[in-house]
Amino acid sequence: MTGDAQGTVGEDAQGAMTGFVFDWHGLTFEARCSGALWWPQGRWLIVADLHLGKSERMARRGGALLPPYDGLETLRRLGDEIAALDPALVVSLGDGFDDDAAAGALDADVAAALAALADGRDWLWVSGNHDPAHHGTALPGRRADEARLGGVTLRHVAEAGGPDISGHYHPVVPLAGARRRALLVGRDHLILPAFGSYTGGLSVHDPALLHLVEGGFAVACLHRALPIPLQPPRRRRAGPPLSFG
Amino acid sequence: MSLPPAFAEWFARQGWSPHPHQLALLDTAGDSLLIAPTGGGKTLAGFLPSLVELSGGWQGLHTLYVSPLKALTADIGRNLARPVADLGLPIRVEDRTGDTKSSARQRQRTDPPQILLTTPESLALMLSYPEAPRIFGNLRRVVLDELHALAESKRGDQLMLGLARLRSLSPGLIATGLSATVEDPAALADFMGGAAVIHADPGPDPDIAMLRTARPAPWSGGGGHYAVPDVLEAVRRANTTIIFINTRAQAELFFQAIWAANEDNLPIGLHHGSLSREARGRVEAAMAAGQLRAVVATGSLDLGIDWGNVDLVIQVGAPKNVKRLVQRIGRANHRYNAPSTARIVPANRFEVIECVAALEAVRAHDLDGEPRGPGPLDVLCQHILLTASAGPFDADVLFAEVRTAGPYAGLTRADFDDCLNFCATGGYALRAYDRWQRLVQRNGLWQLRDPRATRDLRMNIGTIVEAEMMKVRWKRGGGLLGAVEEAFAATLIPGDTFLTGGQTVRYEGLRELVIEVSPNPHKEPKIAVFSGLKLATSTELSHRVLALIGDPARWDALPPDTQGWLALQAEVSALPQPGTLLAETFPYMGRWHLAIYGFAGRNALQTLGLLLTRTMEEAGLGPLGFLSTDYALLVWSLDPVTDLAPLMDREGLRAGLGEWLAGNAVMKRTFRNVAIISGLIQRNMPGGRRTGKQATFSSDILYDTLRRYDPDHLLLRITAIEAGRGLVDFGRIEEMLDRSPRLDHRMLDRVSPLAAPLMLEMGRVRIEGQGRMRLAEAEAEAMMREAGLTLGEPGMADEAPVPVRTRKAR
Repeated sequence: MTGDAQGTVGEDAQGAMTGFVFDWHGLTFEARCSGALWWPQGRWLIVADLHLGKSERMARRGGALLPPYDGLETLRRLGDEIAALDPALVVSLGDGFDDDAAAGALDADVAAALAALADGRDWLWVSGNHDPAHHGTALPGRRADEARLGGVTLRHVAEAGGPDISGHYHPVVPLAGARRRALLVGRDHLILPAFGSYTGGLSVHDPALLHLVEGGFAVACLHRALPIPLQPPRRRRAGPPLSFG
Repeated sequence: MSLPPAFAEWFARQGWSPHPHQLALLDTAGDSLLIAPTGGGKTLAGFLPSLVELSGGWQGLHTLYVSPLKALTADIGRNLARPVADLGLPIRVEDRTGDTKSSARQRQRTDPPQILLTTPESLALMLSYPEAPRIFGNLRRVVLDELHALAESKRGDQLMLGLARLRSLSPGLIATGLSATVEDPAALADFMGGAAVIHADPGPDPDIAMLRTARPAPWSGGGGHYAVPDVLEAVRRANTTIIFINTRAQAELFFQAIWAANEDNLPIGLHHGSLSREARGRVEAAMAAGQLRAVVATGSLDLGIDWGNVDLVIQVGAPKNVKRLVQRIGRANHRYNAPSTARIVPANRFEVIECVAALEAVRAHDLDGEPRGPGPLDVLCQHILLTASAGPFDADVLFAEVRTAGPYAGLTRADFDDCLNFCATGGYALRAYDRWQRLVQRNGLWQLRDPRATRDLRMNIGTIVEAEMMKVRWKRGGGLLGAVEEAFAATLIPGDTFLTGGQTVRYEGLRELVIEVSPNPHKEPKIAVFSGLKLATSTELSHRVLALIGDPARWDALPPDTQGWLALQAEVSALPQPGTLLAETFPYMGRWHLAIYGFAGRNALQTLGLLLTRTMEEAGLGPLGFLSTDYALLVWSLDPVTDLAPLMDREGLRAGLGEWLAGNAVMKRTFRNVAIISGLIQRNMPGGRRTGKQATFSSDILYDTLRRYDPDHLLLRITAIEAGRGLVDFGRIEEMLDRSPRLDHRMLDRVSPLAAPLMLEMGRVRIEGQGRMRLAEAEAEAMMREAGLTLGEPGMADEAPVPVRTRKAR
């Protein structure tokens, strides 16, 4: 890991580029291209909006019968991050479950995968608007409404003033003709993209989101974590938009 | 049945005599298909038997008329009103479309009129009501208008499933199909489930030729702007002209260009599918009132209300398809027995050849058309769910009924059961929970587990899947201008200008998912991209073009500059000809280029480009990009392709389609349509349409998830079938290989005459994911730089989120 330098592109053991390292309120973070946030000093891995149980909830409520593989897929990607980083603590920044009922009735293979990931490390479930009261007894880890990291609060939804690290909005940025999940970094707020598989996105240019992080930057989740400014520049390189794909 | 005296007198009073085909239809006892040119009194022919039968009175719905356009139903309603009133027939004629008021709909459900005019989607909706057996139980006749157009898409499959249902509800009903000229009437009759074909007198041959232009066509491009003065002159001489252009973006540009040269201020309008309904309605009304001298239009005017005053059709750009050209020509001069006048304007040199070939085909009455595949299973899935909405059903009975629909005559029980299973449980290999149940079987009958689901199902009826569009409106109030594709909208930043609704506008911002713009006529606009399916030149027309190029004895039909161009090609390289696949490798601007003259249509050649560049990547040739036209594929790379044959190996290409292209955006788009039609994804939710970003996002995710965890899933199977045609069009690659047993690969030291225009073509595709990623990186870096966020400046404050230099990232 290239944890010491500021604002670097990190590399994992295999040399694949994975993240963007930056300092914020006295803490050094790496925005991972998976959409997770890594605090190397304390070995915390922070993810937002896993929405486990989403397809099950939709089916239960008479909605679409989506492929019932979202939980496995979300945990597979989270498992890749855990394998690469070996965190001491995993923080789920709220909406870890699509609703409280889903938290209590996880599919057996999803529950087993979760238990395996949590084995040997601490796990903190911050509650969100989808899962305000959940706590299935079978779930590993602890539950809290908020947590502290240095002078920064970890909570589900950003609150006036901050500084806080949150999720909730599922931010995406338009880049090269496509919407990309993105971590948003403003002066007072750091907002994570949704990590869950079946999650839509809210454009960072939506007023509800932009005012929280105005003047800051976004880190788009691609094959590597790409930093981009949040106020659009006056002029941009002209060129035809990609008409393909 | 013969024409009753009262009807004969009515015809006489109008100064008409019934056409032979109108009487023939009256004589036919069973199902029939009438093939007649525009203006042949087709619609009246279709209704005549109904009107005669109804003259004695009728309780309930007697005749159902289905048309692809809502506007047509209203027009037909007006046209029928006259004979109904004149003859004093005891008939109510009403229409039932998405625009019909809910009070009228309610009344129609309890007290249907004798004649109901509707669309395939509204019919599907009515069939999903529990009252359907009562509404349609007394139905005698179904009239299917513009059947040739409906049969070209899944709307036709849905309609035929609906017809099968109607036949069950009212045994013995008679179906009458009405169609423009088609290449294979028997196939269209089979599509209806079997019908007697009646041909109307096709009328005189059209007066059709190339438009004489002062300047020759340019080497490349698709705009046809060089011909604007000549087109204007033709408009000036004609009464009313329709100028057909192949794409919406080109129509916008041509409209701008023609107005820039329109010194006489001739009233010329614009009509295409991305304009707001109000804007289109205004143009249509002005046309009907004879207030326009010309309208620049896309396929949006291929069908529709007859405007008797149109006396000239101009086709700008290659017609792509002879049948469509003939149908468009028919839009001019709707007086029966008067020849239609049409002129063609090729947009570039290659299109000159295609236009000449198309003219030959029109004169030879040689129409083209791809044979229809069997009925698609995603449409069947939707039909099963809607059937369940009407009430519990027996699987055996429904299977038998579906097989009476022409497109599904060969449906296997296994495929039907897969569709039923998908509708019931999602059809996943991992049968995780009992909650995955939309349909349940009770007492042997299938029904919705939750009857409230009918609302969602009915809101999502239909098989037309457009790209997600975003509306455009003026920022300072005023109406909607039209819509642009969401993917294009995502590239806009405030201050960008683009062309929409015939005007150059400035992007101001996004407000509640509507794009707000202000007028800005002074800047060079971006062009809104409509990335939907681009119509490819038909197989038959491609063959004609290839045969014409390959036979110098026939070049007399071509303009002299085109002849000279082809002669030079024969001299320095070779001519493409039937039986041979010509390819050329040559250096140009420091890159190696490979041109393959496949004549397989742009979609298939695009797919070939994706597959070839992947193989070249594996071979270490360093492919950098490609572009495809209807005739040729051009690939550029760091190293030359010296041995092409292994790259063109059929099995290798097929394997690539399975493994690699399967993860491509083209396939994801295909999957998305399948997922929407089959009901996996719901476009419309109670409380408003889902925003495009959510639908687009999740369908890609669903596709990836299914591929990883459930590769044999029904929807992936359907997607693979669809890849044989449409956007992927792999079938045309196979057709190309079949008809070209010999590969003629030339190594040249420079660009060949045939390849030269390709160098100027737009629409270059950066290959594979890496190209796209590099583009994103470059764009991100440019944005950082231009925002003044210089990467790498030291001394950043802890509090401020200033990123610093990324260490050697590449």
